Amino acid sequence: MTSILFFEQLLNGIQFGTMLFLMSAGLTLIFGVMGLINLAHGSFYMIGAFSAALIAGLTGSFWLALLASLSGAAIAGVLIEILIIRRLYRRDHLDQVLATFALILLLSEGVRWCFGAFPLYLDIPENLNGTLPISNDIIYSKYRLFIIFMGLLIATGLYILITKTRLGVRIRAGQNDRQMISALGVDISKLYTIVFALGASLAGLAGAMIGAIQSVEVGMGEPILILAFVVIVIGGIGSIKGALIGSILVGVTDTIGRIFLPELLKIFMEPSSATSVGSSIGSMLIYILMAFVLIIKPSGLFGKT
Amino acid sequence: MIIEKIFNKWILFFLFTIPVLGFVFEEPYYITLTTKVVILGIAGIGLNLALGYCGLISFGHAAFFGLGGYVTGILSFHALNSELIFSWPFVTSGSSDMLVIWPIVILSSAFLALIIGLLSLRTTGVYFIMITLAFAQMLYFFAISWPNYGGEDGLSIYMRNSLPMVNTMDPLSFYFICLFWLLIVIFISAMLINSSFGMAFQAIKQNEERVKSVGIETFKVKLLVFVISGTITGLAGSLYTDLNRFISPSVLNWQMSGEIMIFVILGGIARLYGPLVGAAFFIVLEQTLGSYTENWQFWLGLILILEILYVRTGILSLFEKKLKYEK
Repeated sequence: MTSILFFEQLLNGIQFGTMLFLMSAGLTLIFGVMGLINLAHGSFYMIGAFSAALIAGLTGSFWLALLASLSGAAIAGVLIEILIIRRLYRRDHLDQVLATFALILLLSEGVRWCFGAFPLYLDIPENLNGTLPISNDIIYSKYRLFIIFMGLLIATGLYILITKTRLGVRIRAGQNDRQMISALGVDISKLYTIVFALGASLAGLAGAMIGAIQSVEVGMGEPILILAFVVIVIGGIGSIKGALIGSILVGVTDTIGRIFLPELLKIFMEPSSATSVGSSIGSMLIYILMAFVLIIKPSGLFGKT
Repeated sequence: MIIEKIFNKWILFFLFTIPVLGFVFEEPYYITLTTKVVILGIAGIGLNLALGYCGLISFGHAAFFGLGGYVTGILSFHALNSELIFSWPFVTSGSSDMLVIWPIVILSSAFLALIIGLLSLRTTGVYFIMITLAFAQMLYFFAISWPNYGGEDGLSIYMRNSLPMVNTMDPLSFYFICLFWLLIVIFISAMLINSSFGMAFQAIKQNEERVKSVGIETFKVKLLVFVISGTITGLAGSLYTDLNRFISPSVLNWQMSGEIMIFVILGGIARLYGPLVGAAFFIVLEQTLGSYTENWQFWLGLILILEILYVRTGILSLFEKKLKYEK
C-alpha cells in the first residue's frame, strides 16, 4: 500500500517538477543571457492559460488551445520586451525587480479587466481523460503522464536548440560575453527579444497545461513563479541543466514532503499534532532545502562562481 | 537639499494637523488613514536603512513585518483566553500590555533578522534578493498551514492592546502612539546615518571591496544594519496588528515585501523621509483611484513603471532639483 502511494506521489512530484522546469528554464535563460530578473514571468504563465481557455472556448479543441497558449504568451512577451523590458537590461537589479513587480500589477489587473474575476476552466481532451495502468497495482492519470512526456520533450528540444543550432550558439555566446557577440555582428536586441519570447512561451504552455488540472484565474502565476525562483537558485542561475535538476528536486521534495512528513512524525508524536507540525514543515521543506544548498554552495548546484 | 528639508518640516506639520482636523471634524476615517501611513512609513524607513543606505536589496521584509504582527497577535490572543503560550522551558503567558509586547516584538524581530541575515548575507546580488524572498515565503506558508492561530483565515484580537493611562481604542490616542514611534525611528535612523558606523554602511553600498581594504569587517556591518532594519520593520508590524485588531498571513506575503519596497522607491531611495512620503502617496493613490475604479492596481503599476523608467529618483528628488535651478 505505502509503496504504491509512494510511487504515485513520486510521479506527481515529477509531473510538478516538469512544469516547474518549463517556468524556470525561461527564467534562467533570461537571466543568463540578458542579466534580467523577471518577476513578471508568472504573468506569462497566466496569459498562456487565459489564451488557451479563450481558444478552447471558441473552438473546443484542446490542441489549438495549447498552440494558442504558446503563441499568446510569445506575442505578449515580444510586446512587453520591446515596450518595457528592453529599457531595463542596463539597470541594476533593484530597478528590474520593481519594474517587473509593477508589470505584474499591470498584467494581472489587465487580464481581470478583460476576463472578469471568475476563474475559467479548461477541459482535458477525451483521449487523455482517465487512467493508464503502469504495472499490476499502479494506475496513473493519463493527462499527468502526458504532462511529464511534454516536459521531457521540451527539455530535449531545448537541449538540441542550445547545443546544436545557430540560435543556440548565439544564446550561449550571449551568456558568456554580450559585448563581444554584438561586436561580431549579431543583432543583439533581436536575440534578446527572441530569448524573452521563448521564455514567455514556455511559461505560457505550462500555464495552459496546469490550467486544465486546476483553474485558470488571475494570480495563478505568482505562487509558481516563487517556486521557479527557488528552483533556479538551487540549480544555479543561468544554468538550464541546473533548472532541470532543481525542478525535479523541488517538485519531488515538495510533493513527497507534504504527504509523508506528517506520517513520519506520527511515529514520534500524537497524530493530531503530527499532522499540523508535519504539514507546516512540509510546506516549508523546499525553502529549507534551498537555504541548505546556499549554505553549502552559495551560487547554486550548477552556478558559475 | 534645503528645499527637501523644508518639505520634510511640512510633512511633520501635516502629520500633526491632519489627524487633529479629522478629530475636530469628526472624520475618524482620516485619522485611521494617517495612522496607516505612519505605520507603513515606519516599515519603509526600516527597509530603507538596509536597501537605500547599505544597498542590501531585501525582498523579504514582509517576514519581519509579519513576525512583529503575529507576535503581537499571539500574545494578545493568549492574554484574552488566559491560556499559556508554552509551559516549557519556562512558563509564558500572553499579555495585552504594549509595554510588554513591544520589547518582545523588538527582540524576536531582531533575532529573526539575525538568523536570516547570517544565512543570506553569505550571498550577493540576485541570490540575496531571492533568498530573502524565500525566507519570507517560508514564514508565509508556515503561517498558512499552522492551524493554532487561525491559519489562512488569520487571527482577530477584538481589543487593541493597552498602554497605561492611554485609551488605545481612541483613534487619535493610538495615532499619537504610532507617531511617537515614527519620530523615534526617524531620530534613530538620522543618528545612525551620520555616525561613523553609518559612514561605513553607506560606503559599502558604493564599493564593498574598498571598505574591506581599509580594515572594516563588512559582513558584521551589513549584518548589524540588516538586524536594525528588520527590527524597525517588525515594530511597524506590531503597530499594524493593533491598528486593524487583526493579523493574517497576507502581511507575510511577498506582495507585502514588494509594497514596502515601493514605499522606499516612490518616496526616494536613501532619503530619511522618503518611505513616509512613498507610503502616503501609495495610500492616497489607493484611496483616490480605488474610488473611481476597481482596477486601481493597474494604474499603480503604470505609475510605478513610468517612475522607474523615467523619473528614477523618487518624489522627494523633485524638491531637490528645484534648488539646482535656483542657484
